Amino acid sequence: MTNPPPTPHKPRPGMSDGCGAPEQTATPSDVDTQGQVVVAGKVSGSDGPVGGAYVRLLNADGAFVGEVQASPEGDFRFYAAEGDWTVRALHASGNGEAKVTTGQPGLYEVPISI
Amino acid sequence: MSRENVLVTTEWAEENLDTPGVVFVEVDEDTTAYEGGHIRNAVRIDWKTELQDQVRRDFVDRAGFEKLLSEKGIGNDDTVVLYGGNNNWFAAYAYWYFKLYGHDNVRLLDGGRKKWELDGRELTDEVPQRQNTSYQAKEQDLTLRAFRDEVVDAIDTKNLIDVRSPDEFTGKLNAPAHLPQESSQRSGHIPSALNVPWASTANEDGTFKTNDELKELYEEVGLDTGKATIAYCRIGERSSHTWFALRELLGLEDVKNYDGSWTEYGSLVGVPIELGAQR
Repeated sequence: MTNPPPTPHKPRPGMSDGCGAPEQTATPSDVDTQGQVVVAGKVSGSDGPVGGAYVRLLNADGAFVGEVQASPEGDFRFYAAEGDWTVRALHASGNGEAKVTTGQPGLYEVPISI
Repeated sequence: MSRENVLVTTEWAEENLDTPGVVFVEVDEDTTAYEGGHIRNAVRIDWKTELQDQVRRDFVDRAGFEKLLSEKGIGNDDTVVLYGGNNNWFAAYAYWYFKLYGHDNVRLLDGGRKKWELDGRELTDEVPQRQNTSYQAKEQDLTLRAFRDEVVDAIDTKNLIDVRSPDEFTGKLNAPAHLPQESSQRSGHIPSALNVPWASTANEDGTFKTNDELKELYEEVGLDTGKATIAYCRIGERSSHTWFALRELLGLEDVKNYDGSWTEYGSLVGVPIELGAQR
């Protein structure tokens, strides 16, 4: 079974409302992002992937932009724009975060350790 | 109003899962979340199919609400504790809705499903069986609900709080791309509205900020607490969250939720709209 490409729905920066966050799946590194800035990755702990973390996208000012719950395999994905971002994961076993600077449309991979 | 009368902690919830007269109700926008695991003894309410009229754009009527709660096994004397995903947006919406139909004994689980999970507390897929009741609702308390004409009249006279994200407020975005059916015809915001995104009232674990922090937040944007306030968003769920913060936590007396919100206002013919940043 192949992973589906990301579909162009939420959350995007500024779309913190999201009724119906899409199902979170792994994003292949050669995915066609269809002209969008995709910030994606996997949440891991010392024993491998951690599923179900709440992953928050924060803008350069640290303000909340969007939140998804990672898949059972720890995968998450955001549709962002050019800028500096912090991706922060919250889980019962611990929290972690990583920073990413995005530019042209494409995939920006952000692994997060908690 | 004291916080304890409107919010319960996850600790309190866990200690009261089996308390007679306390009913936990999960309300999610992802209505399948409940099936994957829920708080033990919690029943589910589907905000879309059970709280909305399925023909007109409006809520189920009084008789419909009575039937719904009777079938869920919720009695008039029960303490209803609402929780859900997405930082409790739809649980807050249901809280407002329960108040609208006169069920005063209702609480929100602070932090909702997220806080419960982050605490590492147990979820189950077992669905509880509750006996039917004969629930009696009251007429809608329209001091809590704003309609379009009142919103237009409120421009430059009452506080209008737009709780959507800055990009939706300025008109850059209209609606999430995956929900085209809920788009409005025009983007922007209601003139004179203050933009206080819902997320600024919550901590990262989904719990509400302290009353002092909330007061400071609204003082900073210039909310005139001497005036009536109407909160709105896109479809009225995020603004229920802010309605809860303003009325139930800060105790402001005249606060209404405009459930028509931007999907209605942004489609009205002839009403004023502003673009760009807050005045």
